[in-house]
Amino acid sequence: MSAKEYRTASAARGGLLTVANVPNIAFGDRVYIRDKQGNTRNGQVIRSSNEEVLVQVFEGTAELDLESTWVRFLDEPVEIALSPEILGRVFSGLGEPRDYRPPIVSNLRRSISAAAFNPAARTYPKEFIQTGISTIDGLNSLVRGQKLPIFSASGLPHNRLAAQIVRQAKLPDDDSRFSVVFAAMGVSYADARFFQEEFASSGVLGNVVMFVNMADDPPVERLTLPRMALTAAEYLAFDLDRHVLVVMTDMTHYAEALREVATAKGDVPARKGYPGYLYSDLAEIYERSGRIKDRHGSITLVPVLSMPSDDITHPIPDLTGYITEGQIVLSRELHNQGIYPPVHISPSLSRLMKDGIGKDFTREDHPHVSNQLYALYARALETRNLASIIGADELSARDRRYLEFADAFERRFVQQGEDEDRSIEETLNLAWDLLSSFPPQALIRVNETEIAKYHRQSE
Amino acid sequence: MKQEDKKGTIQDINGPIVTIKLPGVQNGEQVRIGSLGLYGEVISLEGKEALAQIYESTEMVRPGEPAEGLGHPLSVELGPGLIGGIFDGVQRPLEAMFLKAGDQIPRGLSPLPLDREKLWHFSPTENLEPNMPIIGGARIGVVQETETVEHRIIVPPNIEGELIELAPEGDYNLEETIGQVRDRHGKVHHLKLYHRWPVRKPRPYQSRDNGVEPLITGQRILDTFFPLLKGSKCAVPGPFGAGKTVVQHQVARWANADIVIYVGCGERGNELVDVLDSFPKLKDPYTGRPLMDRTLLIANTSNMPVVAREASIYVGITIAEYYRDQGYDVVMLADSTSRWAEALREVSGRLGQMPVEEGYPAYLASRLAAFYERAGRVETMDCGKGSVTLIGAVSPPGGDFSEPVTSHTKEIIQTFWALSKELADARHYPAIDWVDSFSADVGTAAEWWHENIDRGWEKRRAQALGMLARDAELSRIVNLVGPEALSSAQRWVLEGAALIKEGVLQQSALDQVDTFSSPEKQFMLLNLILSVYDEGTALIELGVPVQELPEMPILARLRRCKELYDSSQIDQLKAFRDEALNDFKEIHSEYAQRGEQTA
Ligand SMILES: Nc1ncnc2c1ncn2[C@@H]1O[C@H](COP(=O)(O)OP(=O)(O)O)[C@@H](O)[C@H]1O
Ligand SMILES: [Mg+2]
Repeated sequence: MSAKEYRTASAARGGLLTVANVPNIAFGDRVYIRDKQGNTRNGQVIRSSNEEVLVQVFEGTAELDLESTWVRFLDEPVEIALSPEILGRVFSGLGEPRDYRPPIVSNLRRSISAAAFNPAARTYPKEFIQTGISTIDGLNSLVRGQKLPIFSASGLPHNRLAAQIVRQAKLPDDDSRFSVVFAAMGVSYADARFFQEEFASSGVLGNVVMFVNMADDPPVERLTLPRMALTAAEYLAFDLDRHVLVVMTDMTHYAEALREVATAKGDVPARKGYPGYLYSDLAEIYERSGRIKDRHGSITLVPVLSMPSDDITHPIPDLTGYITEGQIVLSRELHNQGIYPPVHISPSLSRLMKDGIGKDFTREDHPHVSNQLYALYARALETRNLASIIGADELSARDRRYLEFADAFERRFVQQGEDEDRSIEETLNLAWDLLSSFPPQALIRVNETEIAKYHRQSE
Repeated sequence: MKQEDKKGTIQDINGPIVTIKLPGVQNGEQVRIGSLGLYGEVISLEGKEALAQIYESTEMVRPGEPAEGLGHPLSVELGPGLIGGIFDGVQRPLEAMFLKAGDQIPRGLSPLPLDREKLWHFSPTENLEPNMPIIGGARIGVVQETETVEHRIIVPPNIEGELIELAPEGDYNLEETIGQVRDRHGKVHHLKLYHRWPVRKPRPYQSRDNGVEPLITGQRILDTFFPLLKGSKCAVPGPFGAGKTVVQHQVARWANADIVIYVGCGERGNELVDVLDSFPKLKDPYTGRPLMDRTLLIANTSNMPVVAREASIYVGITIAEYYRDQGYDVVMLADSTSRWAEALREVSGRLGQMPVEEGYPAYLASRLAAFYERAGRVETMDCGKGSVTLIGAVSPPGGDFSEPVTSHTKEIIQTFWALSKELADARHYPAIDWVDSFSADVGTAAEWWHENIDRGWEKRRAQALGMLARDAELSRIVNLVGPEALSSAQRWVLEGAALIKEGVLQQSALDQVDTFSSPEKQFMLLNLILSVYDEGTALIELGVPVQELPEMPILARLRRCKELYDSSQIDQLKAFRDEALNDFKEIHSEYAQRGEQTA
């Protein structure tokens, strides 16, 4: 490694520093910038020619003067040191220890921007993960290797839900725990502490790697943070054969940091000021989850994001939904009614549940039960809407049954305790309790055999 | 090394856009850059400098590193061994790359798309004699590529002249000469089992034909309500989760096409794995052979370099045209054309071109049109018929159909399968909106249905659509003033529309029986439900209280017919129809008698 140092900075604008007359600098190279006071900043080459090099300075260029700034090109991409010792540790977005313990010493260093997985190397995720949460297990099942985000909004209990998933997630009939990689971007101290205490009290702390960037840390470190975290996750999953659950929060802060840098670079914005490549950039992160042929481990990804102004069509949730394998959407309305977890099932979806549930996986009636609940709830919401216009008294007996179903569904199926860990069996039985308030002929998404077996009237 | 190789150096690296100094390089020419030899293509020339877009990540590439021109534009290899394979956006064979290089796609590696060692059994076309004139596109023989696909070896379109020699029947690898043609300049061309063709240049044909028959997809809402002709072009727009990919997978599975080309353009890796896993196990309903035997995958997933994404749909369409030229009906599915458009936007942004709408360059509309224009039913160079049907998914941001890609696409296509979030949220699948969708080819499709299935098709189709429209109108009234305001006949319309939605329109891709519906079954179901509706209307006119009808047990079974009887059980469906109509007749005569008694 031949580090080259220069004192030829020729312009500083926003987070960008131009350095003149530096030959043969690699695109994407890591950079250290030393200012007048002798403090070091970090950067990366985002454009390179022999005449000038454009460096993105992660800490910004405030208070840099061009004359006394030293720029050193490390001639290596951003890397992370890896060893089994990373478990139980806390790192910054740049991979530096944040827990007052020494850095990881290891010969194994990996670039955090991995090449894409070959689709021919993947295997289709199929193993049902029981989270103990009915709206997920019953209606939007998670499988090992899936990327399933939580779409939330400010003030909603997404952290509590994510923590509950981390606590309870397991394969039925298999007690092996997940290793957890936790990636926090732009979070408050309260949130960071919440997760730390969560992990400590549930005794998993020694099995967790945390990457933390606080709300008052440099936003630009949020760009490397998820890539650090996923490189660590890949190491745990595909080198150490572990099943890894990666929780990332809050992807909205990540995207905002990306927008900040893109604007400084002068990239053409697409929607709401976000650069056109936000989709590809998010995909680089999300697509690192999955299962790989002949590898024992897996990466299951649960990103959390807050929808700005509760708007699901905002570019961040929108592009995320286009990439991930479904989404769990939280609702302010349910939350305001005191329902936890406030999962709004209508816009929620798990694209991978089809191959991970049913006979031989969960229970043979599961796919149909899920469909039936969805169909009934959709109709029930329409009825509720109608009732709010014409009054519940005007409804027919048939319609009133739907109205009652909507309430029962929300109160009994959706709502559950924060420590309530329902087995999939319990979730499905609960579903049949609700379905049985309808006569069998009103249930056409479940088949006749299932009705005979599980419908209470047929008993 | 070829003689015409050009050498130069890298000047500037700006993500996937690299400036090189490479005298003599042509616009559109393929280049390799850097010490890793990354592949790319020249997209503009400015003085002595050329701008190239690179298909792979340029991380750690430096100014001053070498660059060379390869002397030809981005081309694909066309020959036996394509079917059943999975290739990336620039036709690198992903299986072979996986075996060679492991889980991740390394840079600079470029194995040949087609296997050079494999022997293919070639049978020359009879009646072809030396000294006969021969044209580009002429068939000189066949190779059995898969159990289903007979690969017709054709003279490359740009070669024409006199056949000097044709190899006898036997086993040959791709590099062996199987024929020689002397062109009018006296140059002798060695023909092989494969040839190359530049992807951005449409392959020639004699003439264009109008579409004459529908592509049967086995999906009721598509075939019966919004038919697509073979050789036509179609868009499937919808917000995320509405079902674009499932629609495309269903068409890939069940369409009565000879060849299916599925281009995963900027979408999920696991969706391609799903096809790779499931297709070999599924049987083509027409030939009984594994579906993978007629399918080819092109994969540029969302996390792969964006420039190769731009190329991927051209790679796909060129291969599609190649099988068309062999006289086949080809379906090409592109999921999603929006990601392709975004790749265009990305490159144009890096080039500093003026954006016109939402960052897209001004040439978006014309590029889209030119791409879709490569669909069509044609008379091939050797006077056969072949077609390419093009179905592109569109992913509008926020589900807003007025955005540039959706709106430009809508002006180009013939058939529009619009997916709706509301329907998907209610788990009404396929979530195809019957109001927003359209087909410009219902008339032609009707001729086919009338001739092959039933003369009543067009009437029944119109009746069903009419009922769905009235349903929407009446539901609005209910939402204003409550259900009491409706007359009995009107309430029966709502009931009838619900029967159409549940019994015909909704079709689960996951249900073993319901996933495919033959045209016979499609019409039987539609006719059955409308007959029941008509009978009910007659009863209501007779004074039967409308609330009695929905409670009839036969209606619950009617809703399940689609998954109780598969496409071979038409007779059972007929028996069920007789039973159902009989139930109605009984009520009818009961009431008629009562009516007489009171009179
Ligand atoms: N015809 C169908 N039958 C059953 N499920 C469907 C059907 N269409 C869509 N789905 C469900 O909807 C989910 C999302 O569909 P998908 O095609 O992936 O959406 P998109 O490509 O529009 O984002 C699927 O994973 C599946 O669960
Ligand atoms: Mg899709």
